[in-house]
Amino acid sequence: MSLIIFLQETLVDYGAFAAIGAGLAAIGAGIGIGQIGGSAMEAMARQPEMQGKLQGSAIVLIAFVEAVALFAVVVSLIK
Amino acid sequence: MLLRFTGNFSLIFFLLFSANIFAIPFEKSDNSKDFDVNEMIMHHIKDSHEFHIMDFDGHSISFPLPIILWTDNGLVTFLSSEFNHDDSGKVIVNRKNQEFVKYHEKIFYAAQTGEKNIIYDSNGIVINKKPLDISVTKLVFSMFISMILLALIFIATAKTYSISNKGEPTGLGKFTEPLILFIKDEVAVPMIGEKHYQKYMPFLLTLFFFIWINNVMGLIPFFPFSANLSGNIAFTFVLAAITFVITTLVANKDYWKHIFWMPGIPVPMKLFLAPIEFLGIFIKPISLMIRLFANISAGHIIVLSLISLIFIFKSIWLAPASLFFSVFISLIEVLVVAIQAYIFTMLSALYIGSAIEEHEH
Repeated sequence: MSLIIFLQETLVDYGAFAAIGAGLAAIGAGIGIGQIGGSAMEAMARQPEMQGKLQGSAIVLIAFVEAVALFAVVVSLIK
Repeated sequence: MLLRFTGNFSLIFFLLFSANIFAIPFEKSDNSKDFDVNEMIMHHIKDSHEFHIMDFDGHSISFPLPIILWTDNGLVTFLSSEFNHDDSGKVIVNRKNQEFVKYHEKIFYAAQTGEKNIIYDSNGIVINKKPLDISVTKLVFSMFISMILLALIFIATAKTYSISNKGEPTGLGKFTEPLILFIKDEVAVPMIGEKHYQKYMPFLLTLFFFIWINNVMGLIPFFPFSANLSGNIAFTFVLAAITFVITTLVANKDYWKHIFWMPGIPVPMKLFLAPIEFLGIFIKPISLMIRLFANISAGHIIVLSLISLIFIFKSIWLAPASLFFSVFISLIEVLVVAIQAYIFTMLSALYIGSAIEEHEH
C-alpha cells in the first residue's frame, strides 16, 4: 500500500521517470550497437576482403538501432 | 532594424565563426536571473516568427520575418519586428481594426474584455481566437534558402556537362556526380530493380539532397542557417507522406495480395496477418517520419546541452571540456546527418520497391 502512495507522490514529478526512460533506452541502444560492432569486427577479421561492405552496412544498422533509442528519448521529452 | 543588423553583421560573423555558442539565444527572463537551459533549447528547436541572431548589449538582435495572416477582415501582413521581440502577448499590433498579439510564437487576436490580452481556461490553455497563420517563419525562410542553394548547385552542375567533352564531369559535377551515382547504384537499382528504377530516380535524388542540405544547414551555427528544419515533425511528415502516397499509388496487385491475403500460409494465419500488414502500410512512413525528426532534434539538443554546461556550472574552467565535446559531437553529427539522409532515401526506395515487386508463384 505504501508503494502505491509512494508512486502517486512521485508520479507528480514526471521528469524523473523521463530520465529513467531515457537511461533505459540508452542501455538498450548500447547493447544493440555493441552487438553490431562486435559481429562486424569478427566478420571483418574472418573475411578482410569484405571490409568495405561490412563497414557500410554496420554503420547503417547502428543508425537504425540509434533511431529506436531516439524514439524513446522523444517520448520522454514529450512527457 | 535591418540597418542595425547589417551594421553589426560583419562583427558578429567574425566573432562567432568558430563556435557553436552562436546558436544559443540568451533568453532574458524578467523575474529570474538564472539561465534556463530547457527553455533555451526548446526555443531553438521550435519554429519562430523572427530569426534570432544574438543578444547584444542587453537587447536581442533578430532578423524580422513577414507575418501573413488570413483574418476575418481578409489578408493582413506585417513584419514580426512590430511585436518588438515580445513573446508574452503584451505588445499589440493593430491592422484592419483588429488587434493581434504574439504569445509563445503563436499569433492570437487580443482579448477585448478585461486588462489582459491573453485569457486562459482553467487548465492554463489560451482560449483567444486565432487567425489562420500562413507566415514565412524561421523554418520556412530556412527552407527557401535551401531550395535556392539546391537550384544553384544543380543548375551549375548541369551546365558543366554542356561544356565538358565526352560527358566527363568538370567543376561542380565532380562533386555531385559520385553522389548521384551512389544513389543510383547503391539505392535505386538494388531496392527497386533494374527495370523500373529510372522512373523513381528524380524523387529519390530530390529526397536525398533536400534532406541532406537541410540537415547540414542546421549544423552551421550562424545566421541564415542554424534553423532546426529537418528536426521539425511537420517537415518530415510531408516527406514521409509523399513516400506513402507514391507507394500506395504505384502498388501492383501482388502488393495488395501480400497484405490482405498472404499466399502460402494457412487460412487462420492469413486472417491474423491481414490487420497487422494493413497497419504496417501506415507504420512504415510514420517510422520514417519519427526517425529523421528524432535524430536531427536530438543532435541539436546534444550540442546545445553540452554548451549549456558552462552556464549550468557557472565555471569558465569547464568551458574547454564543454567546447571540446560539442565540437566532437558536431563532427559526429556531420556523419549522422549524411547517414540519415541516406537511410530515408534507402527506406523510401525499399518501400517503393516492395510495392512494385513482381513475384513468381
